[in-house]
Amino acid sequence: MFVLIVGCGRVGSTIANTMLAEGHEVSVLDEDAEAIALLDRGQEQSWEERGGRFTEGTALEIDALLAAGIEEADAFVASTDGDNTNLVIAQVAKRRFEVERVVVRVLDPARARWYAEQGLQTICPTQTAIELLEAAVRGQIRFEGVSG
Amino acid sequence: MYVLIVGAGKVGWNLARELINKAHEVTVIESSQSRFAVVEQELEHSAQYGDGSELWVLERAGIERADLVVAVTGDDEDNILISQVAREKYGVERVVARCNNPRNLQHFELLGVTPVISATDLILRLIEHEVPKYGLVHLLDLPEERLEIIELEVAEGSEAAGRAVKDLGLPDGSLVISILRDGGGFVPAGESVVEAGDEVLLVLDVGIEERVTERFTDRSGAAIQ
Repeated sequence: MFVLIVGCGRVGSTIANTMLAEGHEVSVLDEDAEAIALLDRGQEQSWEERGGRFTEGTALEIDALLAAGIEEADAFVASTDGDNTNLVIAQVAKRRFEVERVVVRVLDPARARWYAEQGLQTICPTQTAIELLEAAVRGQIRFEGVSG
Repeated sequence: MYVLIVGAGKVGWNLARELINKAHEVTVIESSQSRFAVVEQELEHSAQYGDGSELWVLERAGIERADLVVAVTGDDEDNILISQVAREKYGVERVVARCNNPRNLQHFELLGVTPVISATDLILRLIEHEVPKYGLVHLLDLPEERLEIIELEVAEGSEAAGRAVKDLGLPDGSLVISILRDGGGFVPAGESVVEAGDEVLLVLDVGIEERVTERFTDRSGAAIQ
């Protein structure tokens, strides 16, 4: 499948590399041209040598989304550092470009919950951390090393 | 009326001041601490500090009982989100949003956030009104009602020049609502004659603009649009 990832930080870049290694077509959009360095980190070949696409542009700009290939995307990941940006572009991907699978990272649990109720597939790292921490405090789970 | 304003920039602050002067109850939310400190000195308890895109901040400000929410922060994505939750989550009936970058207007529309105020667009319209380069100015678009009000300059040698309003042969769904001439204006009757150099205001259904404008432009085709 063709995966478009908007926001190339720690999360976006790692998902991008995983998806590419699994044989998917992957395009990454970030407003910072230097963000491509995160995609190359720890890799023998550069992102583009491995067949990955990278577009520099602002997430909210339709032209940037088009250049990054949103019209062909089967899956869309909104993982910029702004909750509101993620929520807007995820809805644009879903409603305007009818991308089949849209996942959006939202750090604020309240907004994540409400938009999930509206039909968006929201992933809230904060909520996940809270639940794991609470379970660990109660002794219900125990991690060796880092969680996951 | 209770008005909740998000963003205490120039627009938000002045709007709050005007509405308070008109005896409305107002709360303005500002997320920058330094800006909040300045605004609070004047507006006192009408100003609240916080990120207005956080739901609990909106709830603390009483969004559930707001008659009107105005989203005028400097970030379009914030204004879109605030408007969306105001209407869809909290059932606020009237929401007005500011669009900072006109290229983002399509996002506001896609997500059902209307009406949208774009200062850039407004200024552009004023400029067009002052300098009617194309002979045609969109004064008001009402996309939901599917109506628009336009201003046209009557070109020398056009079909319309020298004709009475009732003989203009305008398509159905269009109406001349005023004629501007020599610095004044009037609402025409059917017998009023349109002269070259006049500016006419028309209200019309969306989609027939071209059929209307052709009556007012020079038939030789060399005229203003």
